[in-house]
Amino acid sequence: METYLGEKQQASQWSPYINNGGSCLAVAGEDFAVIASDTRMSLGYSIKTRYSTKYLKITEKCSIVSSGMQADIFTLHKVLKSRAQIYEQKHGKPMSTDAVAKLVSRLLYYRRFFPYYTFNIVAGIDDEGVGCVFSYDAIGTLERVKYSASGSGSSLIEPVLDNQVALKNRNDIKKEDYKLTKENAIDLVKDAITSAGERDIYTGDFVEISIIDINGTHEDKFELRFD
Amino acid sequence: MFRTQYDSDISIYSPEGRLYQIEYAMQAVAQGSTALGLKSKTHAVVVTLMRSSDELSSHQRKIFKVDGHMGIAISGLTADARVLLKFMRNETLHHKFVYGSDLPTGEVVSSLAMKSQRNTQRWGRRPYGVGLLVIGYDGDKTHLYQTSPSGNCFSYYAQAIGSRSQSARTYLEKNFKAFPELGLEELVLHGVKALKESSGKETLTKLNVGIAVVGKEQKFEILKPNKVQTYLDQILQTEGEIEIENENENEKDEAAETLELKLD
Repeated sequence: METYLGEKQQASQWSPYINNGGSCLAVAGEDFAVIASDTRMSLGYSIKTRYSTKYLKITEKCSIVSSGMQADIFTLHKVLKSRAQIYEQKHGKPMSTDAVAKLVSRLLYYRRFFPYYTFNIVAGIDDEGVGCVFSYDAIGTLERVKYSASGSGSSLIEPVLDNQVALKNRNDIKKEDYKLTKENAIDLVKDAITSAGERDIYTGDFVEISIIDINGTHEDKFELRFD
Repeated sequence: MFRTQYDSDISIYSPEGRLYQIEYAMQAVAQGSTALGLKSKTHAVVVTLMRSSDELSSHQRKIFKVDGHMGIAISGLTADARVLLKFMRNETLHHKFVYGSDLPTGEVVSSLAMKSQRNTQRWGRRPYGVGLLVIGYDGDKTHLYQTSPSGNCFSYYAQAIGSRSQSARTYLEKNFKAFPELGLEELVLHGVKALKESSGKETLTKLNVGIAVVGKEQKFEILKPNKVQTYLDQILQTEGEIEIENENENEKDEAAETLELKLD
């Protein structure tokens, strides 16, 4: 509300959105993908719960993690789960990762004028068995990448992945010599999110990590700091 | 005697109080090939005989998954079955989306029965010409239901529908008391044996026999042909053994006769 002098008043407007914090990341290898998210749900400077999942397994070959507003994450995941079942009933086979990625993009754009406050990452194995990661903005902009991080800790995690996965700004290693193995990728993801938990107050408690390869999805969980 | 006078419309009763159109619709179910279902305390199984109209065509599928905990076997007009299947899938998925749990089998079947009944009392509609055997596992219990074009639905320990189903039903009536305590393997074997009773001259192969199971810690699954073959092999094996037993018994009888003659 503007006064006659043209200054804006301080009164805060009600917003339908809140940020429940948390970090998500995913890394794609040659024939695998690793995807992880923390489970802390915060509001302001408080913790609402130490375990609220941000992860959804959609098919054996594809999963999604989302950060942002928990209510929208929950609903988006519900809708996605139903849509995946409808697809499977209609086509007699599970959705391919590319199809899931496109569907998520369309579901998000469907709400272009009242978006889901979610920052999603889809990861899995594509039709050729190659690992893939897709990152999005809130309204469904889709990009296939080799790695991605989202959420409150993303600014802490992304540079680490730039340096360790894409080998940017490194003087000590030659790109041609380097190949990302599954074990390295898992350790990297674990370390990256643990480091985010050290400095970002909204990241912590537990991490749900999933390794996706041609044999299916292997899910695991480990503890972060509780402070 | 009065049939032809009172069967031209679904809304006409006969003097005996029968709706012939519904009974004719149930005849359509009886024309389909055999489908049977049976259940134990922990598992429910459907076994079907899949026909193919000629050598060039594939065998008509009769078993469909509705949800992770529920599936159906059909007999009758397949096209009508597809409509009911879509309805059931929609109901179960909607329930899962809204309440986050599996829709109990009995509730779907009730909705289906209501839907079927509507078509027996509405102008311009005809009854669905298909009977379903619905198997499911929810609330720690197994379920087997039969639905029919009339809109009636019943729960069963075991049931068979379709052509020549009486032979299968007789087998099931003889053996059903033992079903509750059986394990999955034995239950399926009973199902295949029952199907054999109805198969007539047709040989059972992995291509024309369909089997599906659901139960405790067992999501609804349609068995692959190779798995079906293992059950068929077991049936053939036991049959071979029974034939040998019968031969031995015949020999014993002959020996007894000669003995009697000698005593005389």
